[in-house]
Amino acid sequence: MIPIAHYLILGGLLFAIGAVGVIVSRNLIVMFMSIELMLNAANLAIIAFSRSLNLMDGHVFVFLIMAVAAAEAAVGLAIIIAIFRNRETINADKFNLLRR
Amino acid sequence: MNHSLYLIILLPLLGFLLNGLLLGRLKKGFVSFIACASVGLSFVWGVKVFFELLAMPEGARAIQETLFTWIPAGQFQVDFSLLFDPLSSVMVLVVAGVSFIIHIYSIGYMHDDPGFGRYFTYLNLFVFAMLTLVLADNYLLMFVGWEGVGLCSYLLIGFWFEKKSASDAGKKAFIVNRIGDFGFLIGLFIIFWQVGSLNYADVFARAPEVFAVGGGVITAATLLLFLGATGKSAQIPLFVWLPDAMEGPTPVSALIHAATMVTAGVYMIARSNVLFMMAPTTLAVVAIVGLATALMAATIALAQNDIKRVLAYSTISQLGYMFAACGVAAFAAGIFHLMTHAFFKALLFLGSGSVIHAMAGQQDMRYMGGLKKQQPATFVTFFIATLAIAGIPGFSGFFSKDEILWKSFSSDFGSPILWAVGLFTAILTAFYMFRLVYLTFYGEGRMDNHTKAHLHESPKVMTVPLMVLAVLSVIGGYVGIPHVLGGSNRFEQFLHPVMTGLHGGADTSEHVLTSAGHSAGTELTLMIGSVVLILIAIYMAYYLYLKNIDLAGRIRNNLSGVHALLHGKYFVDEIYGALIIRPLINGSLFLWKIIDVFVIDGIANGLASIVGDISTGVRPVQTGTMRTYATMILAGAVVLIGYFIIR
Repeated sequence: MIPIAHYLILGGLLFAIGAVGVIVSRNLIVMFMSIELMLNAANLAIIAFSRSLNLMDGHVFVFLIMAVAAAEAAVGLAIIIAIFRNRETINADKFNLLRR
Repeated sequence: MNHSLYLIILLPLLGFLLNGLLLGRLKKGFVSFIACASVGLSFVWGVKVFFELLAMPEGARAIQETLFTWIPAGQFQVDFSLLFDPLSSVMVLVVAGVSFIIHIYSIGYMHDDPGFGRYFTYLNLFVFAMLTLVLADNYLLMFVGWEGVGLCSYLLIGFWFEKKSASDAGKKAFIVNRIGDFGFLIGLFIIFWQVGSLNYADVFARAPEVFAVGGGVITAATLLLFLGATGKSAQIPLFVWLPDAMEGPTPVSALIHAATMVTAGVYMIARSNVLFMMAPTTLAVVAIVGLATALMAATIALAQNDIKRVLAYSTISQLGYMFAACGVAAFAAGIFHLMTHAFFKALLFLGSGSVIHAMAGQQDMRYMGGLKKQQPATFVTFFIATLAIAGIPGFSGFFSKDEILWKSFSSDFGSPILWAVGLFTAILTAFYMFRLVYLTFYGEGRMDNHTKAHLHESPKVMTVPLMVLAVLSVIGGYVGIPHVLGGSNRFEQFLHPVMTGLHGGADTSEHVLTSAGHSAGTELTLMIGSVVLILIAIYMAYYLYLKNIDLAGRIRNNLSGVHALLHGKYFVDEIYGALIIRPLINGSLFLWKIIDVFVIDGIANGLASIVGDISTGVRPVQTGTMRTYATMILAGAVVLIGYFIIR
């Protein structure tokens, strides 16, 4: 059996990649995908703990998060499309109306 | 039996609402019809109830009607209820009757005024408030009317508000009245605190148990009530507003500032006779203040040239008489003089209004003269009123004034000194009133030719009210012919049941009408003596202002100091200005410039600028870039988690 530490390290790496992707990328779509990556990294950590502790709660939780993520993807993509129609760009650095 | 008392106050209120809500949408004829009809019907209803009251047995003459409970708060309950007893019946008839006559007169006087509708709206509101004041059966409801008439007085003095002097006069009247009202309110608080009720019946019934005769509490309460009366009725020290109130339209001066509102104080004291009888000190103060005011105002009236100002000071003087009567416990005599004064003083003011109308707004008597020929109806009626106020036998003023003089001499609270001052004032009154008549109606016309060519008698709508009032000024006194002249003083008998303070209870079988210890001979002698002196005063006025007008000028020049003092109204306004108004303005300026602008605004603005500076300092944090925010959130999360791990 693979030790739990491996799962956690993998999750941590995925999370770190996602976080860096959000910070570094200017493309809204890429930022969005990075967020999904972070979500699934968390899912991975939860399911790993659930297996190692022999508890079913984690599974339920993961399903819930996946459902939320799906809903969030639908809403998020719709927002991105709306923004694109308005501004003809998806460069996040251009969206700074609140600054002034 | 249902008397529907409420109609008396409801009708003017309806008139007010109709005219007020449809202001500017109604034709003039319709506006004046509504206004006059509402007051006229109210008067008619008052007469009807008055006869129903007369039909009752003498001891039980009181109609009480509770419309609704106004303030129910635990033990404190105030009803909106009306009381129609002999005292309020007299007031209702005088107020509604004189108001009706003056409403009619106003149709002619205000005919060309752009504020015609507004004028009648205010006038109806005034009648409503005044009738509420006199019909109330508790002090709080009376106070409602009391404030209501004050408001209407303010509105009508400042009726021509585009004139600065008029709007100033309105404010002055209102503010001076507030001082009096303050005293009145505190007096009511004391009464409520001691008695636990503000109902007339409860207060008067319980007063003998609660208060000690001559005690400090009752003296303070009555003195405070009297302070309220001095404000409303223009007595020393709060009389300064009434002369300025002449800025209002003349019918208003006649109605509010001569016949009705200013007598509210006298009514209030007569109503509270039970309380005042328990405070001899207050009674003495009332008598002295009343006579001092009467004397002072009469002397000022000697040296005024504005026809309305003379009448205004005359009003103050006559009100002083009424208070003097109350002060010697002759409340009925005070109310009697209130009634006759309402007739002849309203007539004098309306007559002067007719003169001013003809003179195209000129009010200075030095530019009048000889109007007898051009305005016969005005002259005759004015002359009758002058005879009445001067106290010529046969006219109403004689009976009431003589009653007061006799009571101030013979009453337990009176003294020969009070009587002498009163008599001297009466002589002055006759003198200045005939001075006014001679300067206005006799001699050569001193107006310019243009005005002279336009002199005319006023229209019928104005002269007929004058005639009605003239008749009342003559016959008004015959309800109270004193015993010594073979009458039975029915007026005093009629009011007797209300004056429970004088005879302690509802015992009406025994009238204490003849004053003990003074013979009828004394009364007759004093009466004849005063009439002779008044006739001499009239002759002096005739001699000085008609026969030998140069002599009047010489006397004035020889006594220039006295004349300046009287002409300047004893400089009371200036003294008040220096003692009260100036320090108040300076204090307010200090509060404004230093406390408000410097301290309070300084604190507020200082706080705001500190917050502003801090905000400017930290504003660069908000870059507006999403990625910066994401970085910060991540960094924050890392820091937090790191903290919990390391801990």
